[in-house]
Amino acid sequence: MEHEKGIDTPATPNKKRKLRNDLILIGGVLVIFVLIGLAIWLFRGEGDLVVVEVNGKTWGTYSLFVDRTVEIRTGEDEQELNLLIIKDGKAYVETATCPDGICAAHKPISRQGESIVCLPHKVVITVKRSDTNAPDIVV
Amino acid sequence: MKKGTQKLALLGLFTAIAMVLAYVEVLLPPLFSAVPGIKLGLPNIIIIFVLYRMGVKEAALVSLVRMVAVSLLFGNPMTFAYSLAGGALSLAAMALLRKLDFFSIIGVSVAGGVLHNVGQILLAMFVLRTAELGYYLIVLSITGTIAGIFIGLCGGLAVKRVKWG
Repeated sequence: MEHEKGIDTPATPNKKRKLRNDLILIGGVLVIFVLIGLAIWLFRGEGDLVVVEVNGKTWGTYSLFVDRTVEIRTGEDEQELNLLIIKDGKAYVETATCPDGICAAHKPISRQGESIVCLPHKVVITVKRSDTNAPDIVV
Repeated sequence: MKKGTQKLALLGLFTAIAMVLAYVEVLLPPLFSAVPGIKLGLPNIIIIFVLYRMGVKEAALVSLVRMVAVSLLFGNPMTFAYSLAGGALSLAAMALLRKLDFFSIIGVSVAGGVLHNVGQILLAMFVLRTAELGYYLIVLSITGTIAGIFIGLCGGLAVKRVKWG
Protein backbone atom coordinates (compact mmCIF):
# COMPACT_ATOMS: atom_id res chain seq x y z
CA MET A 1 0.00 0.00 0.00
CA GLU A 2 2.81 2.44 -0.85
CA HIS A 3 0.57 4.97 -2.51
CA GLU A 4 -1.31 5.58 0.72
CA LYS A 5 1.72 6.57 2.73
CA GLY A 6 1.45 9.85 4.52
CA ILE A 7 -2.32 10.05 4.64
CA ASP A 8 -2.48 8.39 8.05
CA THR A 9 -2.79 11.75 9.79
CA PRO A 10 -5.17 12.38 12.70
CA ALA A 11 -7.78 13.41 10.12
CA THR A 12 -7.75 9.85 8.75
CA PRO A 13 -7.15 7.74 11.82
CA ASN A 14 -6.08 4.14 11.94
CA LYS A 15 -9.68 3.06 12.36
CA LYS A 16 -10.68 4.52 9.04
CA ARG A 17 -7.80 2.82 7.29
CA LYS A 18 -8.78 -0.49 8.81
CA LEU A 19 -12.34 -0.07 7.64
CA ARG A 20 -11.06 0.58 4.15
CA ASN A 21 -8.94 -2.57 4.41
CA ASP A 22 -12.12 -4.37 5.46
CA LEU A 23 -13.83 -3.26 2.28
CA ILE A 24 -10.86 -4.43 0.21
CA LEU A 25 -11.02 -7.78 2.00
CA ILE A 26 -14.75 -8.15 1.42
CA GLY A 27 -14.42 -7.20 -2.24
CA GLY A 28 -11.45 -9.52 -2.62
CA VAL A 29 -13.30 -12.45 -1.06
CA LEU A 30 -16.26 -11.99 -3.37
CA VAL A 31 -14.07 -11.67 -6.48
CA ILE A 32 -12.03 -14.75 -5.56
CA PHE A 33 -15.11 -16.90 -5.03
CA VAL A 34 -16.74 -15.76 -8.24
CA LEU A 35 -13.49 -16.69 -10.03
CA ILE A 36 -13.44 -20.10 -8.33
CA GLY A 37 -17.04 -20.59 -9.40
CA LEU A 38 -16.14 -19.69 -12.95
CA ALA A 39 -13.20 -22.11 -12.89
CA ILE A 40 -15.37 -24.96 -11.59
CA TRP A 41 -17.95 -24.16 -14.22
CA LEU A 42 -15.34 -24.19 -16.98
CA PHE A 43 -13.68 -27.40 -15.83
CA ARG A 44 -16.76 -29.32 -14.83
CA GLY A 45 -16.59 -33.01 -15.56
CA GLU A 46 -18.02 -34.99 -18.41
CA GLY A 47 -21.49 -36.39 -17.92
CA ASP A 48 -22.70 -39.85 -18.83
CA LEU A 49 -26.47 -39.46 -19.14
CA VAL A 50 -28.65 -37.59 -21.57
CA VAL A 51 -31.97 -36.62 -20.05
CA VAL A 52 -34.75 -35.39 -22.30
CA GLU A 53 -37.51 -33.40 -20.69
CA VAL A 54 -40.67 -32.33 -22.44
CA ASN A 55 -42.95 -29.81 -20.83
CA GLY A 56 -41.00 -30.16 -17.58
CA LYS A 57 -41.50 -33.92 -17.38
CA THR A 58 -38.79 -36.49 -17.98
CA TRP A 59 -39.42 -37.93 -21.41
CA GLY A 60 -36.44 -40.21 -21.73
CA THR A 61 -33.00 -40.97 -20.33
CA TYR A 62 -30.18 -42.33 -22.45
CA SER A 63 -26.55 -43.22 -21.92
CA LEU A 64 -24.14 -40.77 -23.47
CA PHE A 65 -21.86 -43.62 -24.50
CA VAL A 66 -24.31 -45.69 -26.54
CA ASP A 67 -24.67 -44.23 -30.00
CA ARG A 68 -28.27 -43.86 -31.00
CA THR A 69 -30.82 -41.63 -32.68
CA VAL A 70 -33.88 -40.50 -30.76
CA GLU A 71 -36.92 -38.99 -32.41
CA ILE A 72 -38.36 -36.63 -29.86
CA ARG A 73 -41.90 -36.27 -31.14
CA THR A 74 -44.06 -33.82 -29.24
CA GLY A 75 -47.14 -31.70 -29.64
CA GLU A 76 -50.52 -32.65 -31.06
CA ASP A 77 -50.39 -35.71 -33.32
CA GLU A 78 -46.68 -35.81 -32.54
CA GLN A 79 -46.05 -33.50 -35.43
CA GLU A 80 -43.23 -31.62 -33.75
CA LEU A 81 -39.89 -33.34 -34.10
CA ASN A 82 -36.43 -32.85 -32.68
CA LEU A 83 -34.00 -35.44 -33.94
CA LEU A 84 -31.54 -36.11 -31.13
CA ILE A 85 -28.34 -37.90 -32.02
CA ILE A 86 -26.01 -39.39 -29.42
CA LYS A 87 -22.67 -40.21 -30.95
CA ASP A 88 -19.10 -40.56 -29.66
CA GLY A 89 -20.03 -39.37 -26.18
CA LYS A 90 -21.71 -36.22 -27.41
CA ALA A 91 -25.34 -35.33 -27.93
CA TYR A 92 -26.74 -32.92 -30.47
CA VAL A 93 -29.92 -32.13 -32.34
CA GLU A 94 -29.52 -32.99 -36.01
CA THR A 95 -32.72 -31.49 -37.33
CA ALA A 96 -35.85 -30.03 -35.86
CA THR A 97 -39.17 -28.82 -37.17
CA CYS A 98 -39.25 -25.87 -34.82
CA PRO A 99 -39.38 -22.44 -36.48
CA ASP A 100 -36.18 -20.99 -35.04
CA GLY A 101 -33.89 -24.02 -35.31
CA ILE A 102 -31.79 -22.84 -32.37
CA CYS A 103 -31.58 -26.35 -30.95
CA ALA A 104 -30.21 -27.75 -34.19
CA ALA A 105 -27.64 -24.97 -34.35
CA HIS A 106 -26.44 -25.68 -30.78
CA LYS A 107 -23.01 -27.27 -30.48
CA PRO A 108 -22.81 -30.89 -29.27
CA ILE A 109 -23.02 -31.22 -25.49
CA SER A 110 -21.14 -33.65 -23.27
CA ARG A 111 -20.30 -31.91 -19.99
CA GLN A 112 -22.63 -32.28 -17.08
CA GLY A 113 -25.06 -29.44 -16.75
CA GLU A 114 -24.87 -28.50 -20.42
CA SER A 115 -28.19 -28.41 -22.16
CA ILE A 116 -29.90 -27.84 -25.46
CA VAL A 117 -33.25 -26.14 -25.24
CA CYS A 118 -35.96 -26.01 -27.85
CA LEU A 119 -38.40 -23.40 -26.62
CA PRO A 120 -41.07 -23.84 -29.32
CA HIS A 121 -41.37 -27.58 -28.57
CA LYS A 122 -40.74 -27.22 -24.82
CA VAL A 123 -37.91 -29.73 -25.07
CA VAL A 124 -34.89 -29.60 -22.77
CA ILE A 125 -31.98 -31.96 -23.33
CA THR A 126 -29.52 -32.02 -20.45
CA VAL A 127 -26.32 -33.94 -19.78
CA LYS A 128 -26.16 -35.33 -16.28
CA ARG A 129 -24.01 -37.66 -14.30
CA SER A 130 -25.55 -40.78 -12.84
CA ASP A 131 -23.33 -41.24 -9.77
CA THR A 132 -24.16 -37.96 -8.09
CA ASN A 133 -27.62 -37.64 -6.71
CA ALA A 134 -27.53 -34.00 -5.69
CA PRO A 135 -26.08 -34.40 -2.20
CA ASP A 136 -28.43 -33.14 0.41
CA ILE A 137 -26.52 -32.04 3.44
CA VAL A 138 -27.12 -29.70 6.29
CA VAL A 139 -23.94 -28.16 7.54
CA MET B 1 -11.23 -12.98 43.41
CA LYS B 2 -8.36 -15.08 42.21
CA LYS B 3 -7.51 -14.40 38.57
CA GLY B 4 -7.65 -18.05 37.57
CA THR B 5 -11.02 -18.63 39.17
CA GLN B 6 -12.46 -15.53 37.58
CA LYS B 7 -11.21 -16.60 34.19
CA LEU B 8 -12.66 -20.07 34.59
CA ALA B 9 -16.02 -18.65 35.54
CA LEU B 10 -15.99 -16.23 32.61
CA LEU B 11 -15.07 -18.93 30.13
CA GLY B 12 -17.91 -21.09 31.41
CA LEU B 13 -20.29 -18.16 31.10
CA PHE B 14 -19.21 -17.41 27.55
CA THR B 15 -19.46 -21.05 26.56
CA ALA B 16 -23.00 -21.09 27.91
CA ILE B 17 -23.93 -17.94 25.98
CA ALA B 18 -22.43 -19.37 22.79
CA MET B 19 -24.48 -22.55 23.26
CA VAL B 20 -27.66 -20.56 23.79
CA LEU B 21 -26.93 -18.54 20.67
CA ALA B 22 -26.39 -21.76 18.71
CA TYR B 23 -29.76 -22.96 19.98
CA VAL B 24 -31.47 -19.66 19.14
CA GLU B 25 -30.07 -19.98 15.65
CA VAL B 26 -31.63 -23.43 15.26
CA LEU B 27 -34.98 -21.91 16.22
CA LEU B 28 -34.77 -19.09 13.69
CA PRO B 29 -36.55 -19.80 10.41
CA PRO B 30 -34.14 -20.54 7.56
CA LEU B 31 -33.29 -17.32 5.77
CA PHE B 32 -33.33 -18.86 2.33
CA SER B 33 -34.62 -22.40 2.42
CA ALA B 34 -33.57 -23.28 -1.14
CA VAL B 35 -29.96 -23.39 -0.02
CA PRO B 36 -29.44 -25.22 3.27
CA GLY B 37 -26.61 -24.24 5.55
CA ILE B 38 -27.01 -20.48 5.42
CA LYS B 39 -26.62 -19.29 8.96
CA LEU B 40 -25.76 -16.08 10.71
CA GLY B 41 -23.29 -17.84 12.95
CA LEU B 42 -24.50 -16.13 16.12
CA PRO B 43 -22.11 -18.08 18.41
CA ASN B 44 -19.29 -16.44 16.53
CA ILE B 45 -20.17 -13.18 18.29
CA ILE B 46 -18.98 -14.82 21.49
CA ILE B 47 -15.95 -16.45 19.88
CA ILE B 48 -14.80 -13.18 18.37
CA PHE B 49 -15.49 -11.36 21.62
CA VAL B 50 -13.40 -13.82 23.62
CA LEU B 51 -10.70 -13.68 20.95
CA TYR B 52 -10.42 -9.91 21.25
CA ARG B 53 -10.80 -9.62 24.98
CA MET B 54 -9.09 -12.72 26.33
CA GLY B 55 -6.99 -14.38 23.64
CA VAL B 56 -6.67 -17.13 21.08
CA LYS B 57 -6.38 -20.04 23.50
CA GLU B 58 -9.45 -18.95 25.40
CA ALA B 59 -11.45 -18.49 22.20
CA ALA B 60 -10.40 -21.95 20.97
CA LEU B 61 -11.43 -23.47 24.29
CA VAL B 62 -14.86 -21.83 24.33
CA SER B 63 -15.37 -22.75 20.68
CA LEU B 64 -14.41 -26.38 21.20
CA VAL B 65 -16.48 -26.91 24.34
CA ARG B 66 -19.44 -25.26 22.69
CA MET B 67 -19.16 -27.52 19.63
CA VAL B 68 -18.91 -30.68 21.71
CA ALA B 69 -21.86 -29.67 23.88
CA VAL B 70 -24.10 -28.53 21.03
CA SER B 71 -23.33 -31.65 19.00
CA LEU B 72 -24.14 -33.84 21.99
CA LEU B 73 -27.39 -32.00 22.63
CA PHE B 74 -28.75 -31.35 19.14
CA GLY B 75 -26.53 -33.16 16.69
CA ASN B 76 -24.55 -36.26 15.91
CA PRO B 77 -20.85 -37.09 15.38
CA MET B 78 -21.10 -35.85 11.81
CA THR B 79 -22.37 -32.42 12.80
CA PHE B 80 -19.49 -32.25 15.26
CA ALA B 81 -17.01 -33.06 12.49
CA TYR B 82 -18.50 -30.33 10.30
CA SER B 83 -18.51 -27.86 13.17
CA LEU B 84 -14.91 -28.66 13.97
CA ALA B 85 -13.76 -28.30 10.36
CA GLY B 86 -15.47 -24.94 10.04
CA GLY B 87 -14.69 -23.66 13.51
CA ALA B 88 -11.01 -24.55 13.49
CA LEU B 89 -10.33 -22.95 10.11
CA SER B 90 -12.43 -19.95 11.01
CA LEU B 91 -10.72 -19.34 14.34
CA ALA B 92 -7.25 -19.86 12.90
CA ALA B 93 -7.95 -17.23 10.25
CA MET B 94 -9.46 -14.79 12.73
CA ALA B 95 -6.56 -15.18 15.16
CA LEU B 96 -4.04 -14.62 12.38
CA LEU B 97 -5.81 -11.57 10.96
CA ARG B 98 -6.24 -10.11 14.40
CA LYS B 99 -2.54 -10.49 15.06
CA LEU B 100 -1.70 -8.85 11.73
CA ASP B 101 -3.77 -5.88 12.93
CA PHE B 102 -4.59 -4.97 9.37
CA PHE B 103 -8.37 -5.20 9.50
CA SER B 104 -11.02 -4.03 11.95
CA ILE B 105 -13.13 -6.56 13.82
CA ILE B 106 -15.54 -6.54 10.87
CA GLY B 107 -12.92 -7.72 8.40
CA VAL B 108 -11.72 -10.36 10.85
CA SER B 109 -15.29 -11.55 11.30
CA VAL B 110 -15.91 -11.72 7.54
CA ALA B 111 -12.79 -13.83 7.08
CA GLY B 112 -13.95 -16.06 9.92
CA GLY B 113 -17.45 -16.42 8.50
CA VAL B 114 -16.29 -17.25 4.99
CA LEU B 115 -13.63 -19.68 6.13
CA HIS B 116 -16.14 -21.40 8.37
CA ASN B 117 -18.09 -22.25 5.23
CA VAL B 118 -14.93 -23.17 3.34
CA GLY B 119 -13.89 -25.62 6.07
CA GLN B 120 -17.27 -27.30 6.09
CA ILE B 121 -17.55 -27.55 2.33
CA LEU B 122 -14.03 -28.94 2.02
CA LEU B 123 -14.93 -31.64 4.51
CA ALA B 124 -18.21 -32.31 2.70
CA MET B 125 -16.37 -32.56 -0.62
CA PHE B 126 -14.00 -35.02 0.97
CA VAL B 127 -16.75 -37.07 2.60
CA LEU B 128 -19.13 -37.09 -0.36
CA ARG B 129 -16.39 -37.22 -3.02
CA THR B 130 -18.07 -34.72 -5.22
CA ALA B 131 -16.78 -31.50 -6.70
CA GLU B 132 -20.24 -30.13 -7.41
CA LEU B 133 -20.32 -28.65 -3.93
CA GLY B 134 -18.02 -25.99 -5.27
CA TYR B 135 -21.07 -24.16 -6.59
CA TYR B 136 -22.54 -24.28 -3.16
CA LEU B 137 -19.41 -22.71 -1.78
CA ILE B 138 -19.88 -19.67 -4.00
CA VAL B 139 -23.38 -19.07 -2.63
CA LEU B 140 -22.27 -19.69 0.94
CA SER B 141 -19.26 -17.41 0.65
CA ILE B 142 -21.48 -14.52 -0.40
CA THR B 143 -23.97 -15.10 2.41
CA GLY B 144 -21.06 -15.81 4.76
CA THR B 145 -19.61 -12.40 3.94
CA ILE B 146 -22.88 -10.68 4.76
CA ALA B 147 -23.29 -12.68 7.97
CA GLY B 148 -19.66 -11.91 8.83
CA ILE B 149 -20.29 -8.17 8.56
CA PHE B 150 -23.28 -8.46 10.87
CA ILE B 151 -21.44 -10.62 13.39
CA GLY B 152 -18.44 -8.29 13.25
CA LEU B 153 -20.64 -5.29 14.04
CA CYS B 154 -22.24 -7.13 17.00
CA GLY B 155 -18.88 -8.41 18.22
CA GLY B 156 -17.35 -4.95 17.91
CA LEU B 157 -20.13 -3.44 20.02
CA ALA B 158 -19.70 -6.15 22.65
CA VAL B 159 -15.92 -5.71 22.77
CA LYS B 160 -16.39 -1.97 23.24
CA ARG B 161 -19.15 -2.01 25.81
CA VAL B 162 -18.97 -5.15 27.94
CA LYS B 163 -16.91 -4.55 31.05
CA TRP B 164 -15.88 -6.78 33.91
CA GLY B 165 -13.32 -7.17 36.68
